[in-house]
Amino acid sequence: MSEFLRAALSQSFMQHALLGGVLASIGCGVMGTYVVVKRIGYLAGGIAHSVLGGMGIAYFLGGSPVLGSLIAALVAALIIGWVKLRLHQQEDTVIGAIWAVGMALGVVFISQTPGYKVDLMSYLFGNILMVPRSDLYLMAVLDGLMVLAVTLFYKQFLAVSFDEEFARARGVSVEGFYLLLLMLVALTVVILVQVVGLILVIALLTLPAAIASQYVRTLGRMMLVATLMGAAFTTGGLALSYQPDLPAGATIILVAGCVFLASSVGRALWLRYRPRREAARG
Amino acid sequence: MSPIIELRGVSFRYGRRLILEDIDLRVEAGEFLGLVGPNGGGKSTLLKIILGLLPPSRGRVEVLGRPPEEGRRELGYVPQFALFPRDFPITVLDAVLLGRLGKTRWIGPWRRSDREIAQRVLKECEIAHLAGRSLDTLSGGQMQRVLVARALASEPWILLLDEPTANVDLRGEKDIFDLFRALNERMTIVVVSHDIAFISEYVGRVACLNRTLVCHRAADISGDLVQELYGAPVRAIHHDHHGRGQS
Repeated sequence: MSEFLRAALSQSFMQHALLGGVLASIGCGVMGTYVVVKRIGYLAGGIAHSVLGGMGIAYFLGGSPVLGSLIAALVAALIIGWVKLRLHQQEDTVIGAIWAVGMALGVVFISQTPGYKVDLMSYLFGNILMVPRSDLYLMAVLDGLMVLAVTLFYKQFLAVSFDEEFARARGVSVEGFYLLLLMLVALTVVILVQVVGLILVIALLTLPAAIASQYVRTLGRMMLVATLMGAAFTTGGLALSYQPDLPAGATIILVAGCVFLASSVGRALWLRYRPRREAARG
Repeated sequence: MSPIIELRGVSFRYGRRLILEDIDLRVEAGEFLGLVGPNGGGKSTLLKIILGLLPPSRGRVEVLGRPPEEGRRELGYVPQFALFPRDFPITVLDAVLLGRLGKTRWIGPWRRSDREIAQRVLKECEIAHLAGRSLDTLSGGQMQRVLVARALASEPWILLLDEPTANVDLRGEKDIFDLFRALNERMTIVVVSHDIAFISEYVGRVACLNRTLVCHRAADISGDLVQELYGAPVRAIHHDHHGRGQS
């Protein structure tokens, strides 16, 4: 642990990694809350995996993989959103197709790229210790956009998440805000992929918010608690992984998973034994 | 004076099924109209058409002389119970504030006036003490009042209520209808119910809907009429609000 602290204080790669973790936790706190309350985890998973297609194409063309993943995530979000709004019955199938086709595209393009072979594992499972400074800037900008949108349209997002029919009756464009929400989820996915890779994204997107929902009962507080939780998981995961040289992204997810499990079990026990105590008192 | 809500020749099809057929309805200002009929008779569908949530297959709908998409700003809507997940993390006050949408600024947080109106309608519905509670801790009757308060927060001209007492006990049902009677002093009310006997004490006019619509004055409601509407003998119920059986 002392070696981790030394690295955190002196090594720029570790400082970048820690900053990346904090930037990611803002995304997972704010948008993860919507993903959890709106129960669109599968949908977010589809967006996350399709990102590999964008990365592969960008890599093949010699462009920036982050930019490629951003475009792929937004396109996937729009397709999935359109399908969900227009062709309700086939939603599952289409999300599954986008999920797999996106990944297949990525693998094909990466395999056809001449020269130095990119490390596919780092796309899939993240490589937070190699995040370049330019990606940190991009993550900060995406975070800023997301927080701005959620601040400006907090009322509408709440209405659309809570009760779509009532929101529509009050003149809110439910379809428009649903698509906007999915696009913000796509931005978040792009941020999180930098940290934990696209396979593990869904855990970091949902676990902090799911844990928060066990303790607080408003959307705003859920976002705050989930953000703090996300920052604790990324920092804790980095710290734990450093000395034994474990993969950082996977360690972060294992920390999040353990806390979620402990919290759920603890809460279930509490709910089970609390009424008995209250009954004894009354 | 022109009617508050007017439907002319409205039909609605869902797939091959004709849900509503050639409905004509005028709701005048200040009316308290009961909309009754069997399940599947099209009551909720009719409300949704008035709200512009469903487009009619045929016919015209006007709310305050305008298309529903424009006129619905002045409609307060109380949907049937539990359209949202009960465990959604939201407080009573925040849920009621959502009724302000369409009447407040588009961007940014709620105004102070929105909060004042929300507090006022919470008081009017006698649930001001629940403002900070989360929805999943409420009883059926309290939840129903939250839905009514949310509709009132729109400061509507017209209140559209879809089975507002479906999950409420008898005592609560009477209390809520007494609240509606008081609200009727200042707004038009249309209430959907399956319980024609109960609401006929409150409403001025009953519209009976079973694909087609027939209107009656509440005073004329009789067993024959109920039988004709439901297509089978229905136990006529004499009720005093304390020892009433289920029909």
